[in-house]
Parts: sequence; C-alpha cells; structure tokens
Amino acid sequence: MRLELTRRYALAASHRLHSPHLDDAENERIYGKCNNPYGHGHNYVVEVTVTGEIDTATGMIAHLGDLDSYVAREIIEPFDHMYLNKDVEAFRDRVPTTENFCMEIFERLKRFPGARLVRIRLEETGRNSFEYAGQRNGDEHD
Amino acid sequence: MVYVTRKIEFSAAHRYHNPAFSDEENRRIFGKCNNANGHGHNYVLEVTVGGETDPATGMVLDLKELKEILEREIMNRMDHRFLNYEVPELANQIPTCENIAALIWKLLMPKIKKGRLTRVRLWESSDLYVDCYGDGAA
Ligand SMILES: [Zn+2]
Repeated sequence: MRLELTRRYALAASHRLHSPHLDDAENERIYGKCNNPYGHGHNYVVEVTVTGEIDTATGMIAHLGDLDSYVAREIIEPFDHMYLNKDVEAFRDRVPTTENFCMEIFERLKRFPGARLVRIRLEETGRNSFEYAGQRNGDEHD
Repeated sequence: MVYVTRKIEFSAAHRYHNPAFSDEENRRIFGKCNNANGHGHNYVLEVTVGGETDPATGMVLDLKELKEILEREIMNRMDHRFLNYEVPELANQIPTCENIAALIWKLLMPKIKKGRLTRVRLWESSDLYVDCYGDGAA
C-alpha cells in the first residue's frame, strides 16, 4: 500500500506574459490579453503532494505543521500578493507562465525534509491547472 | 481499463493523542487536534475501481453493489462515530487522515470482487486529502 498526502494552499499574485525572444506583435498574438503591459492577477491554488511511511508515533506521513511552515516560508511569503515578473528573482528573465510557476514551486519544495515531494499541481483558475513531478527519467531530482 | 469512482460522505469525531508522550509533547506535536474532548470533520471518501467492462452490461461493476459495500463497511463503522473509541482498528493508532485512509483500503480490498480497487481518496477538509494505492500501481 502506498500513501500520498496532499495539502492545498491559496495565494494571489499578478503576472504578465511577455517573452523577450518575441517581438511585440508576436507577443500579443501568442499571449493575447495576458500580454497586457500592466499585468493581471489570479487566485492560485497550490496542491502539494508528498509521500512516505506513516510515523507510527504521530500517525502522519509528514507533520502538517512542518509542511505548512515550510510552504509558508518558501512559497506563500515570496509569492503571495506579488507581481511575479518584478518581485520574484526567478522570473526576471523567465516568462511567469503557470507552467514555469509550477516548476519553480516544485524546485523550491523538493528539499522539504519531512517527506518526499511527489508533485505540484497548480490551479491558475478553476478552469486551468498544471502539474509537475520533476524530470522523470535521466536526471532525476534528488 | 476503465475507472469508476463513487463518492460518499461521513461525519466523525477524533482526537490525536499518543499516550507514550507527555501532555506537553502531545500539545506541541498535535496542537488543537489534541483537545481532550475531540473534534470532528465531514469526511469525503472517493473510491475508485478499475477494470474492463462486462460486454453484457457495459459496466465494470454494479454501482449498486459498490454502494452497498460502502454502506456496510464504511458508513456503518464510521459515520457519526468517535473514531478513537468506536472503531477498534483505530484504537491503538492516531486516527489521522493517513491511518483512516489505510484502514478503508484494507476494509474494501477484499470486498471488491469485480474490478480492482485502484484508489481510495479521503478528504478530511477542503484543503487536505490522502490517496491510498496498491503496491503495484504507478
Ligand atoms: Zn481533525
């Protein structure tokens, strides 16, 4: 039997999709409204899934308090109520699509010491969601 | 392979307390969940069975049968119960979402005769759930 625990967190942030590798017309054609120069925002929902053995003393795979504070420090504090393009170093030269945001969150949480990170699922809106589980073959994340 | 999921809801109380720890340790580790008189949740359980469809019925399994299994094995045992005291399998465990999901898996596994139990997903609240899979599953 294999168990996975998933915790959902909410954060609000704004972004603008604009690639320096494309000219203005192309940016507008590809990103549409998301290319609006002043940015726009979403209520993101981050689903963090971890796995591991149940600690018989606590009945838990990962101590929820530890997971919550790790996520608060690594994800909520740096991203919540921020303009991703300008306020987050990682997106200074990377388009903050929700794909890239999802991967960035995975990279930041993969060293959580309390359990093994399985995947991140990021909802941009109730209609769009993205999942990332690291590079599956070859250069596996540690 | 086709997967069929049935969802049920049950309400139950629990308390996190490990007698091997001191009262202060219990408080520190389990926080509010250590409250002496317990507290409760509306659990949502999603049970997924996978299999091939029966050519005669077009179904993996009879959902009516699954409904009855869930009624007998889960609802009767857990709905409106205090899990620590009224579910013997949980008496010597901390009744976390992990342990309850694992118990549900063990209870349902031998009862599902058509198709294979593929996943048990137990929601404790809208921001926490546990998935249980068999050993073989990817
Ligand atoms: Zn609880």
